[in-house]
Amino acid sequence: MSDSIAIHLNGEERSFSASNLMDLIAELGLEQRMIAIELNLEVVPKSQYGETALKAGDRIELVHMIGGG
Amino acid sequence: MSDIFKVGTYTFHSRLIVGSGKYKDFQTTKDATEASEAEMITVAVRRVNITDPGKENLLDYIDPKKYTILPNTAGCFNAEDAVRTLRLAREAGGWDLVKLEVLGDTETLYPNVVETIKAAETLVADGFQVMVYTNDDPIVARRLEEVGCVAVMPLGNPIGSGRGLANPFNIRVIKQRANVPIVVDAGIGTASDAAKAMELGADAALINTAIAEAKDECLMATAMRDAVRAGRSAFLAGRMQKRAFANASSPTEGYIWD
Repeated sequence: MSDSIAIHLNGEERSFSASNLMDLIAELGLEQRMIAIELNLEVVPKSQYGETALKAGDRIELVHMIGGG
Repeated sequence: MSDIFKVGTYTFHSRLIVGSGKYKDFQTTKDATEASEAEMITVAVRRVNITDPGKENLLDYIDPKKYTILPNTAGCFNAEDAVRTLRLAREAGGWDLVKLEVLGDTETLYPNVVETIKAAETLVADGFQVMVYTNDDPIVARRLEEVGCVAVMPLGNPIGSGRGLANPFNIRVIKQRANVPIVVDAGIGTASDAAKAMELGADAALINTAIAEAKDECLMATAMRDAVRAGRSAFLAGRMQKRAFANASSPTEGYIWD
């Protein structure tokens, strides 16, 4: 088990044991969801989640689709 | 029926585009959307609630394989946020057909056309097919077409107001001068508004609140479906000329007293 990493996720400071984006999504239980991730203002392609390491202080936006007009 | 609605590289049979906001629950969203027979539905992009990430989602009810999902930029007040939002949406679902709206203030929700044009330029260069919400201004509409938007969507009246078409003349002028589809977006409050928009020559109508806030959402969805069809048919049929005075419908000869 790696040490937990403190990141800014959707505007909140949170700590996760995940070391990359794929593990982060798994930790949140969102593997089956249609989501997208912005890491420090850059959209990360889904294919790169496994190789995108989390670093302390990363700013992550994790979004999905909701009702809207 | 061969009256195809073409937007960018997409084709549709329905000329009614629906929104997915303001419904009381997901089941009603699904039922009303099905009743509308729309093929395209707008969605908003928002943060996942990290404290409850697993709860059910709109797309559990609105199947992206069945509907063309049109992600929007609702709530964006500058070009940068709008572009970020749609880049995320494209990664989430692979959608390249998008609804751009950049708003000017929270009270009127009128578009900020300067930021809208800026965002449209960036998005078009980035490969998006942009359907753009804008004012009922023929000059701005043409500019957005020149920028490369695949559809221009002038408002009928402010978002969510249900006040109908404030300026039918402008909608007609925008349509007459356009080479891309014109979609009346915002302001439609009831079926006659939708029919009127289509009679003016609009290629489609985008409706959300009028359906979602009806007492019977599904019945209003079918009313909008029928109104859009009726208005479109009337437009294609070509309406009669108006006259100042009466003109008898029955023959004016062969009366029994002659």
